[in-house]
Amino acid sequence: MAAETIEIAKQTALAGKFIGAGLAAIGTGAAGVGVGTLFGQFLAGALRNPSAADGQRGTLLLGFALTEALGIFALLIALLLLFAV
Amino acid sequence: MGLLSAAAFAAGLVLSAGSTLAEGADHGPIRQFELNRYIPINLWGFDASFTNASLYMVAAFTIITFFLTSAMRTGALVPSRLQSMAELTYKFIHDTVRENVGDEGMHFFPLVFSLFIFVLVLNLLGMIPIPGVTFTVTSQIVVTAALALLVIAIVIVYGLYMHGLGFFKLFAPSGVPMWLLPLLIPIEVISFISRPVSLSVRLFANMLAGHIALKIFAGFIGTLLAAGAWALLSPVPMALTVGLTALEVLVAVLQAYVFAVLTCIYLSDAVHGAH
Repeated sequence: MAAETIEIAKQTALAGKFIGAGLAAIGTGAAGVGVGTLFGQFLAGALRNPSAADGQRGTLLLGFALTEALGIFALLIALLLLFAV
Repeated sequence: MGLLSAAAFAAGLVLSAGSTLAEGADHGPIRQFELNRYIPINLWGFDASFTNASLYMVAAFTIITFFLTSAMRTGALVPSRLQSMAELTYKFIHDTVRENVGDEGMHFFPLVFSLFIFVLVLNLLGMIPIPGVTFTVTSQIVVTAALALLVIAIVIVYGLYMHGLGFFKLFAPSGVPMWLLPLLIPIEVISFISRPVSLSVRLFANMLAGHIALKIFAGFIGTLLAAGAWALLSPVPMALTVGLTALEVLVAVLQAYVFAVLTCIYLSDAVHGAH
């Protein structure tokens, strides 16, 4: 009886781990929205004024890296839940 | 936890914590972040072993020194290919520092250039697959945290040296109504404290997640090849792995650049004080 209870508790904890990892991975989708907005807005601005676009490429890449990092943070939590907890 | 404790060993600065190092051994994707002690060294109770992290750092140092000295040995007016590589890298960071810190911050250029090229070479070295050896030093939080703490310590010390206690005006932006300050100052302090955290975690997490994703997709190839008729599908994850590798090289360069730019932006606060 006791062993069975422990087994159920273990399986529940495992299920919780996977559900938590799945929930954490939602954050990567939010970062996807951010990266899409970033490039979309850049393209919209660049098509209006193509001569100014080249000077802003560095800012674009910086914004991309900063936004993408937030998605990676969420992915990191998911990976930690899967492999390190 | 095995992962984090493995990370804690990377610089060989942390007290030996026993057997936690080998904990992650059974998990495929994170096995690549394990430290192997090549030459065990114990300095007054500190584990200062020569690990694969040390090997990669020494390799990076050697490559950087060799690349820069051999590229600039001739110092020709019309640069060779190697020399223009070194000059372009130099000029790129030079412009970045000038743009973000200004002329009065140019004496920080050696710091930013060293950080950039060290992180860049370590990131790129990690992308070269050598079975059993490949290791990405920047995927260890202890390394990136040490670099980020160095940057933030320089910002604080130099800011106090330049502006005295006026440096703390950074936390109270000018032109803000008095009644808003009790709310704003804690927010500014928290945002300042989170700088080294985000600076180190950004680089570490990007490298870690990228390499885990690569390993998982590469693992699909093996799984499919071993699954009978499903082996016909194995080129699909193969193509994905190739694409992902290209993305990872981009991320490796971009993250080194982001690290340098954010260092510049933080240094700019120390140089110019409160606006």
